[in-house]
Amino acid sequence: MGRNPKTLLRKFHEAKWDEQIILEMSVPGERGILVREAEPEVRREVGSGVSAIPPGLRRRSKPGLPEVNQARVLRHFLHLSQETLGTDVNIDIGEGTCTMKYSPKVHEQISNRNPAIRDVHPLQPTETMQGTLEIVYKLEQLLKEVSGMDRFTFQPSGGAQGVYTSAAMIRAYHESRGDTQRTEAITTMFSHPCDAAAPATAGYKIITIMPDKDGYADIEAFKGALSKRTAGIFITNPEDTGIYNPLIDEFVKAAHEVGALCHTDQANANGILGIARARDAGFDLSQFNLHKTFSVPHQSTGGSVGALGCTAELAEFLPVPQVKLAGEKYYLDYNAPRSIGKVRSFIGNVPSLVKAYAWIMQLGDEGLRQVAICSVLNNNYLMQKLQQIPGVVVRYAPGRRRLEQVRYSWEKLYEDTGVGTEDVRRRMADFGVQSYSTSHLPWIVPQPFTIEPTESFSKDDLDEYVAILTQISKEAYENPEFVKGAPYNSVVHRNSSASMDDPVNIAVTWRQFVKKGLDKRVRRSATKRS
Amino acid sequence: MPKKVGLIVNPVAGMGGRVGLKGTDGTTVAARARKLGASPESPRRAVDALRVLARIKDEIEILAAPGAMGQEEVVSAGMKGTIIGSAPKGRTGPEDTVAAARAMKRAGIDLLLFVGGDGTAGDIHRAVGRTLVVLGIPAGVKMHSAVFGRTPRAAAEAAIEYLHSPRPQSTNGEVMDIDEGSFGTGVVSARLYGTLRIPKETSLIQVGKSGSSHMAKGAAAGIAKELASIVEPKTLYILGPGTTTRDVLSELGIRKTLLGVDVMLDGKLVAKDVTERKLASLIRRRSAKIVATVIGGQGYLFGRGNQQISAEIISKVGKENIIVLATKEKLASLEGRPLLVDTGDEATDKLLTGHIRVITGLNDYVVYRLSD
Repeated sequence: MGRNPKTLLRKFHEAKWDEQIILEMSVPGERGILVREAEPEVRREVGSGVSAIPPGLRRRSKPGLPEVNQARVLRHFLHLSQETLGTDVNIDIGEGTCTMKYSPKVHEQISNRNPAIRDVHPLQPTETMQGTLEIVYKLEQLLKEVSGMDRFTFQPSGGAQGVYTSAAMIRAYHESRGDTQRTEAITTMFSHPCDAAAPATAGYKIITIMPDKDGYADIEAFKGALSKRTAGIFITNPEDTGIYNPLIDEFVKAAHEVGALCHTDQANANGILGIARARDAGFDLSQFNLHKTFSVPHQSTGGSVGALGCTAELAEFLPVPQVKLAGEKYYLDYNAPRSIGKVRSFIGNVPSLVKAYAWIMQLGDEGLRQVAICSVLNNNYLMQKLQQIPGVVVRYAPGRRRLEQVRYSWEKLYEDTGVGTEDVRRRMADFGVQSYSTSHLPWIVPQPFTIEPTESFSKDDLDEYVAILTQISKEAYENPEFVKGAPYNSVVHRNSSASMDDPVNIAVTWRQFVKKGLDKRVRRSATKRS
Repeated sequence: MPKKVGLIVNPVAGMGGRVGLKGTDGTTVAARARKLGASPESPRRAVDALRVLARIKDEIEILAAPGAMGQEEVVSAGMKGTIIGSAPKGRTGPEDTVAAARAMKRAGIDLLLFVGGDGTAGDIHRAVGRTLVVLGIPAGVKMHSAVFGRTPRAAAEAAIEYLHSPRPQSTNGEVMDIDEGSFGTGVVSARLYGTLRIPKETSLIQVGKSGSSHMAKGAAAGIAKELASIVEPKTLYILGPGTTTRDVLSELGIRKTLLGVDVMLDGKLVAKDVTERKLASLIRRRSAKIVATVIGGQGYLFGRGNQQISAEIISKVGKENIIVLATKEKLASLEGRPLLVDTGDEATDKLLTGHIRVITGLNDYVVYRLSD
């Protein structure tokens, strides 16, 4: 039995612990465990332990660590965990383009908590880590099948680094042919920002194509931008509007005609998994974000991987080492004279590779296809529902279905009531879901919000989300000032965005916090309040 | 010590809108609006904003202009204020706004709130320039300037945020106005008067219709670096008006006029605020390029506010020598509409069709469509 549609809106209140920063909790002399002195035999063998560290590397003063007992440490972090609306606590479909899906907990057991994976050191002899290498090698074979590409590297530790690696390989390819005039890369406005930023970091001038009236990248502008100076194109498809570019093969063909290479950013691959393959559309390179599409948790709870695939022709430029198989033995191949070198140490984030491998093996080929079908179905169901909410607009290609996500707009709500997307976001927290992502900058769609309900969410979940947005729209039309005053059940209220842009007031470490005198300021204002 | 907040209400602002006039600037238009049955719009909006501001009434001291120009609204909102200046005799006009703003400046205030439209913003600009931080409470017919809160209440929220900030920061907001003389011909042409200093709280402040008011510091520096990398020696650079070109050139150490067309050669300004005739004579002997930005809110590249760069100049310089500068935000604010060109010469307008490259940052370009 599903949830009662009348009680979909939850009565929620976020926890607030008024918790100090752990460094402020320090009490001199308070401690956790006493480390036992080493036995005399051990001491004789290794000395004080510190003696093994070269004198120049030894610190002269004690580190400024807090002195807090074990129970307080545990309590502290549990309090903090209660003050979050993390992915496993709420209906996390608002992070459009991030592909938030359920990360099977059993995968923690077989990767991070499995000594056979966790305790392997990347520098130990390859004959002692054949199992690890086998998983990495087999994952490559699976992704080759999914994408149509001929080779993969797992070294990049994120989608953007995968795109950077691709740009570096494209440069190496042109240079290997003595072609040094190619200084430009082309991307589209609704592609991910890293498709501009990563090639720019690799040294290219970036040309961005704006969308036409239907929301597609303007093909005439694209053809006008192509020249002998074009090294490569970097395109996300489907773009962040959720619309699949039906002319994608024309883009690829036109780029190839001027000698450019083509990369497709498959961060949005969830809706085409097992259905459309990058290589079949003519792309030379493409990356999957294993932490999105392949269930690996995102960075803060796991370790991301930008798995970059390429054609056989470009394989010689891949980073080293490559995991290869000779007979029955896996080995690390460094013999690649034209490789771009390394973009990160070793062979990639192995526990994350294990999770992605396990996920694919559990689903099988038909399962992968079902993931795509289910995520597209969820998305179109949700789009039908959300479009009925007063104030919601879906721009571009009216009447056409979307793939796995939609960039919606509160444009109408804003015009009618003055309540904008940022106001709605703040109110959402009152219902126990975290605020959604608006859009990459600049906003092309006004008052945007981007929703991506992956295959992990049930009809009940989607209905609850719709009920929340319906309620907020109703409130906005009846009492806009009420929505603007939100949140009410959340503990963090309105923050000034101006002060967040101000580097003088920002400290990312405790040391910086103290150095800037912000600790004293916080104490002063706390005293004033009390 | 309480922060001092100045308040000036233009009591006739916004009257023209409801009776179909395009603005209420000038005393004769205001009289006509009254005749057509218009009632004052701005006092009500001022009171709306003041009611929100009342939340922090213990932390501020309100300095209001006399009579209908602020004093009455403060009373209606149930607040107290100090009256600055003497009441104008008879109907108020632009000079009263200017006089009140100057009096506020002399009195010394932390923030000046003014209630009106583009015309009022222009008067404030004339009176205090960039010496005060100001914020407009929207009440005019035309609000092309990027100095207004989105709504009276949003303006008050932005003011509170600014007054509460331990490190209040200001940014530039463009003061635009429509050339009312051109309304008769049905052509809308926005003119840029200059910039005012406004609180830096972008979400509550309406971005001007030109979309370029909140040009991030980094954006100007990035565009400047890209421009510097492609500037050629012994070539004249015709620099069009606007904050984008001015800010970008300023990064390169060039003090460009805001509203005029200037000319640069080998890193130095060789002519300021030139006429079309002067431009024509300058480019007769040297190769030249045009550096222009998208001016006004309608996406005009040529033909609005930069008529000195005429059809003749453009066709002599050639499309391939036109360098367009704009932030991506500004292009996004056009919502997919093409760049417009209206040089008055069909052949030149035709030359400027298809697509054009726009410098949007360091190593960063957008290919944008020109109107057919």
